[in-house]
Amino acid sequence: MSQATPTGIKRRTLLKGAAGVAAASTLFHPVFAIGGQAKVKVGLLLPYTGTYAKLGNNIKDALALRIEQSGGKMGGREVEFVSIDSEAKPPKAPELTKKLIKKEQVDFLVGPVHSVVGMAMAKMARQDGLITVIPNAGANQLTGELCAPNIFRTSFSSYQPGFPGGKAMLEDGHKRVVLMYWNYGFGKQVAAAFKQSFLAGGGTIVKEIPTPFPKVDFQAYLTEVAALQPDAVFTFYAGGGAVKFVKDYAAAGLNKHIPLYGAGFLTEGVTAAQGAAAEGVRTTLHYADSLDLPANHRFREAFQQAYGRPADVYAVQGYDAADLLLQGMAAVQGDTGARAEMITAMESSTIDSPRGAFTFSRAHNPVQNIYLREVVNGENRVLRTVEERLEDPAEGCSLA
Amino acid sequence: MDLSFYLIQLLNGIQYGLLLFLVASGLTLIFGIMGIINLAHGSFYMFGAYLAFWFTGLTGHLLSGILLALPVALVMGYAVERLAISFLYRRDHLYQVLLTYALILIFNELQRMFWGSDVHSVPIPPLFSGSVPLTDTQAYPVYRLLISLCCIGIALGMYWVIQKTRLGMTIRAGASNREMVEALGINVNRLFALVFSLGAALAALAGMLAAPVNTVYPGIGDSILIISFVVVVIGGIGSIKGAFIGAMLIGLADTFGKVLLPEVASMVVYALMALVLFWRPQGLFGRG
Amino acid sequence: MHRMTRPLQLLLLLGAVALALFPLGGSEFYVGLLTKIMILAIFALSLDLLIGYTGLISFGHAAFFGVGGYTLAIVFQNAETIPFWSALLWVLGASALAALAIGWISIRTSGIYFIMLTLAFAQMLYYFFFESPRFGGDDGIFLFATPEVSLGSFTLNLQSGHNLYYFVLGWMLVVYLLLRMVLKAPFGHVLVAIKANEQRVRALGYATGRYKLVSFVIAGALAGLAGFLEAIHTGYITPAYLSWHESGLVMVIVILGGMGTLYGPILGTFAIVLLQDYLPNLTEHWQLLMGAIIIAVVLLLPGGIASLLQRLCDRLFAGRASEASGENNASAPSSPPVSSTVLFAPATPGRADNE
Repeated sequence: MSQATPTGIKRRTLLKGAAGVAAASTLFHPVFAIGGQAKVKVGLLLPYTGTYAKLGNNIKDALALRIEQSGGKMGGREVEFVSIDSEAKPPKAPELTKKLIKKEQVDFLVGPVHSVVGMAMAKMARQDGLITVIPNAGANQLTGELCAPNIFRTSFSSYQPGFPGGKAMLEDGHKRVVLMYWNYGFGKQVAAAFKQSFLAGGGTIVKEIPTPFPKVDFQAYLTEVAALQPDAVFTFYAGGGAVKFVKDYAAAGLNKHIPLYGAGFLTEGVTAAQGAAAEGVRTTLHYADSLDLPANHRFREAFQQAYGRPADVYAVQGYDAADLLLQGMAAVQGDTGARAEMITAMESSTIDSPRGAFTFSRAHNPVQNIYLREVVNGENRVLRTVEERLEDPAEGCSLA
Repeated sequence: MDLSFYLIQLLNGIQYGLLLFLVASGLTLIFGIMGIINLAHGSFYMFGAYLAFWFTGLTGHLLSGILLALPVALVMGYAVERLAISFLYRRDHLYQVLLTYALILIFNELQRMFWGSDVHSVPIPPLFSGSVPLTDTQAYPVYRLLISLCCIGIALGMYWVIQKTRLGMTIRAGASNREMVEALGINVNRLFALVFSLGAALAALAGMLAAPVNTVYPGIGDSILIISFVVVVIGGIGSIKGAFIGAMLIGLADTFGKVLLPEVASMVVYALMALVLFWRPQGLFGRG
Repeated sequence: MHRMTRPLQLLLLLGAVALALFPLGGSEFYVGLLTKIMILAIFALSLDLLIGYTGLISFGHAAFFGVGGYTLAIVFQNAETIPFWSALLWVLGASALAALAIGWISIRTSGIYFIMLTLAFAQMLYYFFFESPRFGGDDGIFLFATPEVSLGSFTLNLQSGHNLYYFVLGWMLVVYLLLRMVLKAPFGHVLVAIKANEQRVRALGYATGRYKLVSFVIAGALAGLAGFLEAIHTGYITPAYLSWHESGLVMVIVILGGMGTLYGPILGTFAIVLLQDYLPNLTEHWQLLMGAIIIAVVLLLPGGIASLLQRLCDRLFAGRASEASGENNASAPSSPPVSSTVLFAPATPGRADNE
């Protein structure tokens, strides 16, 4: 239980006695602990049940893998994980975040997947000052109006997959487009960013169809799309909704003459379930499984070997979250008390990510490349880089 | 938008309604005859979808998958009735709610233990995977038509069983006056077990049929549960005819709500239910 | 209303004292968790008035909880300071109004139809907040100010966890006593009689509809109070608070705790929330355990946790049991608090009380 082997993380790798020692020793700086330094406690608030369970597990496993790769230590100290199932339920988020901060007294907070949970969590992290790394939740606000010196994000803002979508479609010659998305916070933000670049570039939105979240009955809308006959369709759907949408789109025969585009989540981790229906779908994202970079090959091999399943973009984000923490801890030699120094180190760090190296904006969001991918033989192939080092505008952020 | 557009939407609404009918008919029977509020009914739909996914993967074909999955669903329904529901017949509705709520927790967890949290898909048999061109721009998936045909077939079968067979007579009698059936010396326990298993199997079958178009994912049963209750209540408890009309109403209201009133699409079905109950407090075909 | 036996009264009083002393020694996390539990307990108490005493099974009670929270968030969204008492008036007014509108339509139906109608209205409100960009959509609304409670020249700062804890504890006791008073009054007796046999009460000349509506409005307003306190506690409100899962959860809490008693729902809240906090430590598949525990309660403890406590007290103080049972009303201590329904309804198997 003492080291974080990739398979060894239980929900709570923590014995009662050990908890007391760890808690006491963090109070008086780790160096005073008897028998070497106290462990660093990393609190994970991720969903392991429900719709987002797969994302939570991939993030957790990749994070553990990265720490394992550096000897199971951060800044010279052993690492211990305290993992709580967020269930992706917003009403539970404040209580669970508090549990990690106050009861477990973790040194770092990593999470969550769900944006609304993220906002509840960010609000408490702001008050507490605890260094927090968000490995998925893409709501613009998290590095916008809710941004804080101690909050970092290693994934993306919803602006980032959305904005380049408009540019990519214009470059491909599609001027009359139907815009479809799940009508909730994240979907709306992706759609807004898409419109921003698409309209500015001279495109026309034939019709905007927000569909109820998280419902997956698209047949009625697709009938409408067929009647409208646009040049192409841009969408935001993810998970089960993405599978269903892409299959329905093909079943209605639309994929033959109306190209389908979307934010990358449309074909992320779901192409196997989508099967032939996904062929030819083009999406914009900050990562692709097939990205031909040494760092990506190394990562994918290691993840496959450790867990016996392929990595995905969520795993990448978890992996990079660990990398960011490792860099911060290395800069202060494991002294978790030196928060300000750590934050400075993290802000100026470069993450050698499987998605390509990236840095952080002043609002602490990745400044990263966005790729246009196309599904070929069930795999997202990179067609081209649509935006180099795209930075989120970070509206309302006091740091930017 | 021309006429053909609305006709196709009509087809969409009917297809959705027919699928809802399969789930709701079981629910209304269990309700009407046994007086059980079964919150776990959606779980049978979910298990149907997962079993179809599993057996189709093993056998390589949807039809054989469904044929293998159906008996499993029947047995599951029977087991749940014997092991849990049968203790509740003399108890307040609220304890049924509580117990079946607990069953949802358990079933969702079992699903996670057996099949994990991935999104799965079930291949449509090649024979039915095409689409029928309807106009220059519109095509309709063959498999969706097939679902509708299956549902109509099952609905007719149910009509025949309920109207023309002895079992059907008992069921009809049970739905309208349970005490009477008991007084007539019919083995109520056996009837209840049968009705519950059949209802569970119908829900599971709906899940199986819908699996190829719906995809299979955790929580799939929760979404169908509430809407099925809406159907049952609109139609009137215990009325198969009501469930059919209710399912059609909801299917059409949902489909046309999305097209004509996109801003409030999610509220349309609930508003419809409130209106119906305001007008007829016992549902369309409920006993007064 | 059941009269409590003396030992039970003592035990509950002891519990209240323990709650009052807890922050002196308890960790900050548990102070927060207990605050949340007591808020949920107020919510559960309000639902108990409906399902435990009036016989109105509302499956949409979370709607009023949500309306309470949203009223605070919407009315005072940009305010720098929030005066507590005027906020409270807003919240109680809005949630009572919502309950009046929904109740007026819903109480025309009964049985399962009532259950589903209340659900329908809650779902409509849920989607209203979920899909309206004006009120933050699914992201909800954050509150950046905390209400200030001023009593005369004294001001209570609710940003402190301890202060909020005692404040919520106070409200829980107020709601408990208020409901006790309501139920002891003639009005309360009519409610209980309606639950037992509405037709008979109507035959006696009572306008039962009006009684049910008033009960529904009181319950709605108190649920709004709970939502208001939760919004203060967490500093934000999202549509998820109005979802049918929350309505279902609070119903489970009330039944599990023991409906038709006022201490049952409080005990139920403690049990459910503490289990949710504890079980995940044991196994990844904790929901399985949760389900099994609920089933065990349903099958083995017909009156919920309240009946267990009552039986335990009776046994512990066996010498006084005979005296105690004399204090009870018609139903024996071991029978479930819902026995009134059983008394009036013919005990046929599988009987649906949708008459």
